[in-house]
Formats: sequence, structure tokens, C-alpha cells
Amino acid sequence: MKYKSQAVAMPYFIAAIGLFVAQIVFGLILGMQYVVGDFLFPEIPFNVARMVHTNLLIVWLLFGFMGAAYYMVPEESETELFSPRLALAMFWVFLIAGALTIIGYLTVDYATLAKYTGNDILATMGREFLEQPLLTKIGIVVVALVFLFNITMTVLKGRKTAISVVLLLGLWGLAIFFLFSFYNPTNLVLDKYYWWWVVHLWVEGVWELIMAALLAFVLIKVTGVDREVIEKWLYVIIALALVTGIIGTGHHYYWIGTPEYWQWWGSIFSALEPIPFFAMTVFAFNMVNRRRREHPNKAAVLWALGTGVMAFLGAGVWGFLHTLAPVNYYTHGSQITAAHGHMAFYGAYVMVVITIISYAMPILRGRACNSPKAQVLEMWSFWLMTIAMVFITLFLTAAGILQVWLQRVAEEPMSFMAVQDQVALFYWMREWSGVVFFIGLLAYVASFFVKGKEQPAGA
Amino acid sequence: MSGTFTKAMARNVFYGGTVFFFLLFLALTLDTTKALPKTDNRHNITADVAAGKHIWETRNCLGCHTLLGEGAYYAPELGNVYKRRGPDFIKAWMMAQPTGTPGRRQMPNFHLSDEELDQLIAFLKYASEINTQNWPPNIEG
Ligand code: HEC
Ligand code: HEM
Ligand code: HEM
Ligand SMILES: [Fe+2]
Repeated sequence: MKYKSQAVAMPYFIAAIGLFVAQIVFGLILGMQYVVGDFLFPEIPFNVARMVHTNLLIVWLLFGFMGAAYYMVPEESETELFSPRLALAMFWVFLIAGALTIIGYLTVDYATLAKYTGNDILATMGREFLEQPLLTKIGIVVVALVFLFNITMTVLKGRKTAISVVLLLGLWGLAIFFLFSFYNPTNLVLDKYYWWWVVHLWVEGVWELIMAALLAFVLIKVTGVDREVIEKWLYVIIALALVTGIIGTGHHYYWIGTPEYWQWWGSIFSALEPIPFFAMTVFAFNMVNRRRREHPNKAAVLWALGTGVMAFLGAGVWGFLHTLAPVNYYTHGSQITAAHGHMAFYGAYVMVVITIISYAMPILRGRACNSPKAQVLEMWSFWLMTIAMVFITLFLTAAGILQVWLQRVAEEPMSFMAVQDQVALFYWMREWSGVVFFIGLLAYVASFFVKGKEQPAGA
Repeated sequence: MSGTFTKAMARNVFYGGTVFFFLLFLALTLDTTKALPKTDNRHNITADVAAGKHIWETRNCLGCHTLLGEGAYYAPELGNVYKRRGPDFIKAWMMAQPTGTPGRRQMPNFHLSDEELDQLIAFLKYASEINTQNWPPNIEG
């Protein structure tokens, strides 16, 4: 560790991993409820488990992004963090607010929760991914602003690199677009239109800046390739991402009451969105091939390469699969969407956060990299989780194709519930893949506790 | 990436491209905003519809169902349920939940009053009349 204050990243990373485990437990509950409909009913209805699953995902990724920023920015800026104490205070605020929210979901009836948290003053709840009570949303904004203040001040007082500037842009964008979660007009079409300014402009916009910055940082460290080269790639990738991704929002404006022309704008621009993801894959492999040193942290290199590949598959390939309007007409809101959502989130954001954790955590623990034994276990967890996610995606895709056919294409369309019965086999297989994913995750957690001969710090 | 294409050029493409396409997006948004009254069925938004949307949100129906194809994929699409089932069915359905059929997916009972049910149905009727470019492909949603 070059700067003492980088240490504040550690609690953020630990919290991220802890919440990741909880997220997957709820994923398994959801998967079970898909096939055994009354599983845990009425204690944990499906919608509650889903909220917990998706909100935990978002929250732990945010923990990961913040931890990454606290680790990277001092090193990039070549100065101590503006205020480590503030960073630590915000950690606890965010963790407690997050925990209270999840406990609220699980113990209080949602309508009651809404009533007691100010939803009647400003109604923002009950929309996918934005289910948080008003108080939590305000808490997120406060934490985000304090966090942004802290790292912006750090960048301002130190060296300004392309990586830290792009990271900052991404993080500011994240906070700014989140503000649209407070806008919830009665007009359903407008509500949906701006809901995507949070969701789409996050994952196919500003988050890509964060992802590319994290990847660039780790690649500089593990390959020793010249910063000029890496930063040029970085700009090219994020230029491609925003040039395609902003208007690409239109792929969500086909069937929600918006004008027909979005079918053209959305199809054309979003069809180009895989390009930046492809560029990221090429970037990662290219840099590793041109490496000027053998970094002893093999696991981190594996995660970095894996991120490139899986993000391209999940976002690029599975995104393209259903993004053209004539295709989306049939696949919209089906299991195809779920298949894509899983692989894209895992491949891009889950994996990039694990990449930075894999690189930074050993250093935060005072060594260049973990022992070979620990790394072997970590690489096992990489393969278990990644292959399991590939299978989850494939099974959901199979279910989705059948669903679309039986319910939307066939001469005599079947009802939704009848179709669900028909494809139950695939849901079972998804659930088993989920179990494998969970085993992989446990192996990942265990890898932190494996001892062995460690390389001393200083690399 | 040849030597003539420098980092500074890449940076300028990024800033220029982003600003240009964001402005274009804002222009399209402005145009959409002007065109929306023709398709978004806003003239049918009544106090009941507004109340119904509030009920819809505070019960998190979207956590199991899709509405115009967005939401969760666990239970039937409800954007067109008003046309598929009609108001009386929906009312009776809401009151009869949960079915308690062993092994079958369950929907909770939300203990809504008669007035609240009417408001919810008003909202679903309004949603079903939005011009969605003929989506979904058929009545099953
Ligand atoms: C915990 C999940 C869950 C939640 C939350 C939920 N539903 Fe349902 N809903 C279902 C399931 C599952 C079915 C299909 C049940 C069956 O066929 O036995 C269903 C069916 C329906 C149907 C009948 C659809 C048809 O085409 O036959 C309507 C109408 C409906 N729900 C309305 C609502 C409304 C309104 C809300 C919110 C106030 C809501 N649901 C919340 C799970 C849920
Ligand atoms: C890492 C980047 C991405 C992530 C994390 C991601 C995630 C998601 C998620 C979670 C949804 C479901 C939203 C909902 O609940 O309604 C979704 C929908 C969608 N995504 Fe992505 N996505 C990414 C990139 C892409 C790309 C690059 C494309 C196009 C090439 C794409 C095309 C689509 C389309 C068309 C839908 C709408 C599906 C429908 O109609 O139901 N996505 N995405
Ligand atoms: C890192 C791993 C995972 C990620 C990133 C993830 C992400 C997500 C996302 C983004 C959604 C919303 C999907 C959408 O709207 O399209 C979702 C829903 C869901 N997830 Fe996961 N998930 C993961 C693991 C799992 C596992 C292991 C299971 C079960 C075996 C699972 C089961 C589900 C189910 C059943 C839903 C609800 C789908 C619906 O709306 O009907 N997830 N998850
Ligand atoms: Fe999108």
C-alpha cells in the first residue's frame, strides 16, 4: 500500500462481499419459488425476496465502486485521501442504512413501510430497482455526495490522471442520474421514460466509465504496460460507450407509449452498444499479452480477463440478441430479459468489482499477492461462479425462447401460467446452477482465509 | 491504434461525442415530450387513476408482475389485464387471493377496500389504453 489512507477501502470491500453472499441466498430463494410456488409463502413473498436480491446487488456494487475509488484515487493522485475519517463515517452510515432497509423489507409490510417513511410526501417507491423508502434514497444521495466531495478534493489536490478523471465522471454521473429516482409522475409513460434515465443510463452509460477506469487501473498495475497506451484505450472505450449508449436508451422506448420512431433510434444505436464491450475484451487481452512483467497475482489477472469476456457475452451478445425492435416485440419482458440481465450484471459489474478486490485486498493486507494455495482456490471460485452463470443464462434463454413461442408466437397462444408450467424443467436446472454458483461463492470467501507462503509487500 | 492517433485526440472524441449525443438525446426527449399527448392516454388520468397508481406502487405489484413488459417475470403481464379479464374478474381475483393451491405460485391478499379496488382497476384501465405500438403481440401478454 503506497498511501496509508487507502486502507479505508478494506471495510468497503468486506461489506461488498458479505452482501454479495446475502444476495445469492435470496437468488436461490427466488429460483425455488419459481418451481415450488408456495415456497416460504406467506413469510417471504416473491416480490420481497426479489427486492432484497436486486437491491443487495446494487448496494454491494456501490460498496465495491466506493472501495475501489478510495483505493485507486490516492494512488493515482499521489496524495493521501482528503479525509479518511469522513470515508469511514460514510461507510457506517451506508451500511446501517442499507441493513435497516433490508430488514424493513423483510419484516414490515411494504405499504406500511411506505407510509412510515414519507412515501405519501413524495411517492418514489414501488418501481423496479428503486423500491427503497424515501429516507433510504435520501441517505444514498447524502452518502454519495460526501463520498464524491472526498474523492474530488483528493483528485483536485493531487495528480490528475485520465483514470481518476474518468472514474470521477462515472461516479458523478451515477449520483446525478440517481436523482431521477425522485421523479415519479402519475403519467405512467413519463414515469417509465425517466425511470430508464436511472437504470439504462447507469448500466449502459456512466457505470461503463467506472468499469473501464477500474479495469485500466488494474491492467496498468499487473501488466506494467505504458500508461499512455492504456489511457488512450480508456478514452476510446468510453467514447464508444457513450456515443452508442445514450441514444441506445431508445431500446426501452419501443412499447411503453412513446413515439414509434424510437424503434429506429433505439435499434440502430443499441445495436452498436456491443462495440465498446468488445473493445474492452480486446483491450484486456492485448495489454496482458504485451505485459512487461509477470505479476504474481495470477488470480487478479484472471478476473480482469474474465471481466472482458463475460461482459462482452452478457451485455454485448445477449444484449444484441433482443435489442432490435422486431425481436424485442416478442421477447420484451420475458425470461430472455432475465437471462441477459444476469449475465450482463455478473460479467460487467460483479466481475470488475471482484477484479479490483482481488488485486487490492492482498496489498491492503500487507502483501503483494496471496499464497499460491489461496490463489488456486480463488481461481476455482472464478470458474465455478462463471460457468454456473453461463448455465443460468443458457437455461433462462431456453426457457425464454419456449415462453415466447408458446405465449406470443404460436397459433393458439397459451396463458402465462400454463407456459410457466411447460418450462419448469429449465427453472429447475437454473436453480441447480445457482447452487453451483453459491458453492463457488463460498469457495471465494474461503480463499481469503487460506494461509500459505505469501509474497511480501513492495511489488 | 497507430502512433498518429494520440491520447489527446481520443479524449477529445470522448468529450465531443458525449456532448453531441447527449444534446441529441435531449432534443429527441423534447420532441417525445411534445408528441406524448397523442399516445400516452393522459386525458384519461383522473383522481382515481392517480390513487390507483399509488396503490399499485405501495403494494409492489411490479415485484411479481410486468406492466407494459417491465417489472418481474413471475406472474402475468398486467398492462392489458383489463382487456384480458375485465373489471369484475380483477376485483373478484384480488379478493380471492391467495389461492393456497399447494405448489402453485401465490399472490398475497392486500386487503384493499372496495373503493381502493375501484381505483386500482381505474389505473389498470388507463394503462391498458396507452398506445403501445400494438404490444403485446396477443391478449395473453
Ligand atoms: C408475490 C407475487 C405477487 C404480487 C406482489 C402480486 N401478484 Fe398478482 N399474481 C401473482 C401470481 C403468481 C398470479 C397468477 C396466479 C395463478 O394463476 O394462480 C397473479 C395473478 C394476478 C392477476 C390475474 C391475471 C390474469 O391474467 O389472470 C391479477 C389481475 C393480479 N395478479 C393483480 C395484481 C395486483 C393489482 C397486484 C398489486 C396490488 C399484484 N397482483 C401483486 C403474484 C403476485
Ligand atoms: C453491463 C451492461 C448491461 C447490464 C448490466 C444490463 C442489464 C439489463 C437488465 C437488468 C435489464 C432488465 C431491465 C428490467 O428489469 O426491465 C436489461 C434490459 C435490456 N437490455 Fe441490458 N444490460 C446491459 C447492456 C446491454 C446492451 C449492451 C444491450 C444491447 C446491445 C442491452 C439490451 C437490453 C434490452 C433490449 C433490454 C430490454 C429487454 C426487454 O425488453 O425486456 N443491454 N438490461
Ligand atoms: C452474481 C449473480 C447474480 C446477479 C448479478 C443477479 C442479478 C439479478 C438481476 C439484475 C435481476 C433482475 C432481473 C431483471 O429484471 O431482468 C435478478 C432477478 C432474479 N434473480 Fe438474480 N442475480 C444473480 C444470481 C442469481 C442466482 C444464483 C439465482 C438463482 C438460482 C438468481 C435468481 C433470480 C431470480 C429468480 C430473479 C427474478 C426474475 C424475475 O423477475 O422473475 N439470481 N437477478
Ligand atoms: Fe438498456
